[in-house]
Amino acid sequence: MADKVIYAMYDDDDVLKDGAKKLVSKGVKVADVFSPFPIHGIDPIIGVEQTRLGIFAFIYGLIGLTLATVGMRYFMIVDWPMNIGGKPSFSYMDNMLSFIPISFEFTVLCAAHGMAITYLIANRTLPGMKAKNPDPRTTDDRFVMELRTSDNHQFSVTELEDMLKGTGIVELEQKDIV
Amino acid sequence: MEFKIAKKAKVFTMSLIVIGVLFTAIGIALNMGDTNFKQRIIANGLIDSYFFFSIGLGALFFLALQYATETGWYAAVKRVIEAVAGFIPYGIGMMVLVMLALTITDGAHIYTWMDPETVAHDELIQGKAAYLNKGFFWIRTVVYLATYYIFWVGFRKRSLKEDIEGGTEIHFKNYRKGAHFLVFFAVFSSTSSWDWIMSIDVHWFSTLFGWYTFAGMWVSTMVVLVTLTLYLKKLGYLPKVNDSHIHDLGKWTFATSFLWSYLWFSQFMLIWYANIGEEVTYYIMRIENFKILYFSMFFINFAFPMLLLMSREAKRHSGILTMVGVIILIGHWLDAYIMVVGGSMGATAEIGFLEIGMALAFAGLFIRIILVNLTKAPLSPVNHPFLDESVHHEI
Repeated sequence: MADKVIYAMYDDDDVLKDGAKKLVSKGVKVADVFSPFPIHGIDPIIGVEQTRLGIFAFIYGLIGLTLATVGMRYFMIVDWPMNIGGKPSFSYMDNMLSFIPISFEFTVLCAAHGMAITYLIANRTLPGMKAKNPDPRTTDDRFVMELRTSDNHQFSVTELEDMLKGTGIVELEQKDIV
Repeated sequence: MEFKIAKKAKVFTMSLIVIGVLFTAIGIALNMGDTNFKQRIIANGLIDSYFFFSIGLGALFFLALQYATETGWYAAVKRVIEAVAGFIPYGIGMMVLVMLALTITDGAHIYTWMDPETVAHDELIQGKAAYLNKGFFWIRTVVYLATYYIFWVGFRKRSLKEDIEGGTEIHFKNYRKGAHFLVFFAVFSSTSSWDWIMSIDVHWFSTLFGWYTFAGMWVSTMVVLVTLTLYLKKLGYLPKVNDSHIHDLGKWTFATSFLWSYLWFSQFMLIWYANIGEEVTYYIMRIENFKILYFSMFFINFAFPMLLLMSREAKRHSGILTMVGVIILIGHWLDAYIMVVGGSMGATAEIGFLEIGMALAFAGLFIRIILVNLTKAPLSPVNHPFLDESVHHEI
């Protein structure tokens, strides 16, 4: 069966939030919400999963730390032993302190860039990617709630649309997804 | 809601004080005959009064910071901050007593620049004598303490007045006074740490020292604030405080402990790197006499908060926050301890009955005074203009 997607448009984020609350309490699953800005408190209502971006940030940070340590040890100790601040012991451990700032910077660099790129990929918003939001007005002053029939087998399309109409929407649209 | 000190808390603080006094008495009896007894007991007085006074001062700074930035979220915990800042008058009394003892005993081999005999043989101190002499020292000390006291009295008075009168006039006055306080504090937090602490290592100097002690003060304050808030919340007071407030206080603890570690490391690394004789003595003395204590102090003040408070859940978990809080407080007491005895007592220093006893007695007194302060005003401000924002605080 083809999956139908229903887009309900609102012109106020509070109305959308109340509407989502009402629908969820009736057992409707809201697939997504598109909004020009973060709507406070919408996540727990529509049941958005906890983000795993933090775990990725940690992993990227560890990668950065490892790269920095391995790199600096190779450059400064192995390949071309350097006299560091008049401390020519040529040992990484003894001169650890002078490497810490760079280790820190590189950890932050990798964590921040890795996290930003992961975020853009996860949202499919890398430059050049096709926009995923259903209506360009959701980047301006409109808010769209997306329902999928495949998530809501217990309701028919008309039932869903009737429920949506009771929540103060300004526009309603249907699309087939093959 | 009015706060009443629970019986448990009364017993707890009393027993802290009693055990502390008992330990101190044992310590005095044990070490009475030592040649460095006078130095040791005054050093302990300086460590403890400075440590607890700085927690109160940190709370006053934090309050002024909220005023000057017109912050909203803190309104629900404002009285908790004020209760901790209310230690200031008592802290000032303790500081003055210790400074008097130091002056009478010609520095008690702690402030060696107060001792005319030492100064006569020390050209370096003679060069600093225009700044480091008893008269000017007292002028500065009195100016610092009086400024803090006057600002504290004003903040408290207006805070209680706001409860009755309402309106925004007091709010804007607090806004201006908060900014004024920060201007004074920016200078005084540095210079007072030079006078009170850095002058112990009289030949040594570090421009970062003021920030370093200030960061230590700030993180200790945040720890006390978050622990006290959790305690009151657990007893059912502070109904307006929600998880987000706790989370914010937890974030402050996390951030300020990083600030402290960052400054500790900056000071250490620059001096290690440059390796100039007159600078490295500070660390050589500490590494020779307190190697394990000094580095483990850095480790617990840095690694514990970093690893334990990193996740969002941990910053909302009262058990983890309290545990980290106690660890950080002990860590920063050790920091204050090594700052004072590292430059004065050196190899003869030890942590015995006297040190533990006096710390416990001061801690008991400190907690008791804070709890008494809490009883003196409603636990939630009534007419704070941002109270509504604070009640709906959500992050």
